[in-house]
Amino acid sequence: MDTFLQQVINGLTAGSVYAVVALGYTMVYGIIQLINFAHGEVVMIGAMVAFTVINALVPYGLPPLTIVLIGTACAIPVCMLVGYAMERLAYRPLRHAPRLAPLITAIGVSIILQHLALLIWSRNVLAFPQIIVSRTYLIGGAAISTVQVAILAICFGMMAALAILVYRTPLGTAMRATAQNPQVAGLMGVDINRVIAATFLIGAALGAVAGVLFGTYYGIAQYTMGSILGLKAFSAAVLGGIGNIPGAMLGGVLLGIVEALGAGYIGDLTNLCAYDTLAPRIADCAGGGNFVLFGSNYQDVFAFIVLILVLVFRPSGLLGERVGERA
Amino acid sequence: MKRWLGVALVAVSLAVLPFALAQIGTTWVRITNYAILYVLLALGLNIVVGFAGLLDLGYIAFYAVGAYTYALLASPHFGLHLPFWLILPIGAAVAALFGLLLGAPTLKLRGDYLAIVTLGFGEIVRIFLNNLSRPVNITSGPQGIARIDPFSIDGFSFAGSQTIAGLDFSGPIKYYYLLLLVMLAVIVVNLRLQNSRIGRAWEAIREDEIAARAMGINTRNMKLLAFAMGASFGGIAGGMFSAIQAFISPESFVLVESVMVVSMVVLGGMGNIWGVILGALLLSFTPEVLRWTVEPVQEALFGRSLIEPEVIRMLLFGLALVLVMLFRPAGLLPSAVRKRELTEHAT
Repeated sequence: MDTFLQQVINGLTAGSVYAVVALGYTMVYGIIQLINFAHGEVVMIGAMVAFTVINALVPYGLPPLTIVLIGTACAIPVCMLVGYAMERLAYRPLRHAPRLAPLITAIGVSIILQHLALLIWSRNVLAFPQIIVSRTYLIGGAAISTVQVAILAICFGMMAALAILVYRTPLGTAMRATAQNPQVAGLMGVDINRVIAATFLIGAALGAVAGVLFGTYYGIAQYTMGSILGLKAFSAAVLGGIGNIPGAMLGGVLLGIVEALGAGYIGDLTNLCAYDTLAPRIADCAGGGNFVLFGSNYQDVFAFIVLILVLVFRPSGLLGERVGERA
Repeated sequence: MKRWLGVALVAVSLAVLPFALAQIGTTWVRITNYAILYVLLALGLNIVVGFAGLLDLGYIAFYAVGAYTYALLASPHFGLHLPFWLILPIGAAVAALFGLLLGAPTLKLRGDYLAIVTLGFGEIVRIFLNNLSRPVNITSGPQGIARIDPFSIDGFSFAGSQTIAGLDFSGPIKYYYLLLLVMLAVIVVNLRLQNSRIGRAWEAIREDEIAARAMGINTRNMKLLAFAMGASFGGIAGGMFSAIQAFISPESFVLVESVMVVSMVVLGGMGNIWGVILGALLLSFTPEVLRWTVEPVQEALFGRSLIEPEVIRMLLFGLALVLVMLFRPAGLLPSAVRKRELTEHAT
């Protein structure tokens, strides 16, 4: 089996989900310069709601695809409601406050959502029922499953839809105008509050779907899943240039691939026994042993190291505009 | 005269406090000790965030570096047992080095980009601590390091009870006085820093970096100094944490802790030393007070515990964060500069 291609496929799948979540961060940031720390929790709630509905529907013998669709259809409005509520209650009153104030409320909202989920679903891990029979196809020596194909198709479909929404519709124009200059956009007749609320709603809806996909891919959902997913997605958004929509997509996919490749290769690369000059000097290597400096448990480090390296050389992300220093 | 009376009153109440708390339970002395550690952390972070305006979301990494430095040099893990007055400066220096390591590559970054890089840095440090047990065991990984030496000077150990002048000094009480002393020293350093040449340079960088550079401030060195100094305070606090706990593991240095310290600084009032102290004390005591009240209140109301106290405690905590920020967006005790900015903004 071709390891490289396999890791690229796995990375692409995870990365496309990161990208969709990253969109939620980047759209909100682009429009009100707020790191919505609670977005990861919205994704988590989407996955939890969908899994609950799906598990409840399984005994009725509906076709698997219908069940998943119903589950997702239930998750989307719940997430949109959560997204709207937090914008309205926790962020809107602070729109003109010092910059770090909404960051702290975002942290507060994140804590609240996570523990509400804990209250509702307890600490149990919700498992995705074995209803979808996944087939595996071989492409050039690497395996790709139906689920992966579906995830890729849905994610890229949603990204395309969002791009059309943002660049081809009146709402999108209003969003871009508000992002550029809220005051002027307001003078031009854009209802800023509505545009911002719409941004949160769209981000939350995307997050809900991403949550379902992520949960389906790994087969489980738990109340803690939002924080690490959110962290990765946020890194992806920054990697691409925060506030930049194509940047979030690129950053997400890139992050997923780098992470998968890193995890796939680091163990072999840092196995000192693989190097002929070093092997005889290390006792552990005798008899085909291994002396691995960094194993795949360093997977999460990769994402961050790449992020730091990119930002050192391109301080505003890959596609981010070079904002001139404040005059 | 009146002022000195106030100072004396505060001093006496701080001195008597642990004995009063010990009446309720030694746990409360311990909680107070941890609260003081958080004050140290928050004051250290305040240098970076409040004074220099560099948002650092990975501050707990320096706490971890200090804690692990102490643990490795004073525990059976490597069989080293250096005295604490030697290790604490080493820990502070190592933490400062890590601060430079974080600061140097990120000098060009601003605002939220800096925030995410520092966050990543914190996670990297934690992941390394978690995994540096193989192939060579350095940190013991998730198991952590146990049986760390307590502080001791010349045979006088800070752990364990003893009776001095008819008063019963338990271990936590002795640590309380030590922590209090360190905290006072850190407060004095901070107060002196704020109005020094360095402090004013930081403030200038925070307000407008280009203008600061035009005024002849070496912004690069000043930013690095802020990182290193903030980190060294974190390192000292970490060393003390290690000794008090006698056990550390990567679990204590997760992202939530960094977020918590940032919350303390912002909630109390960034840049205002007294505000930061207030924020740290509030955020470390509130969850504890809730822990001890939530369950009895539920029992009294419903006759049984309906909701896990831990859950309701965190819910109330999150709610408190949101509410305080909604009603006091500049923090509970805003710094003078910020107050000025806010009123100007309003008019």
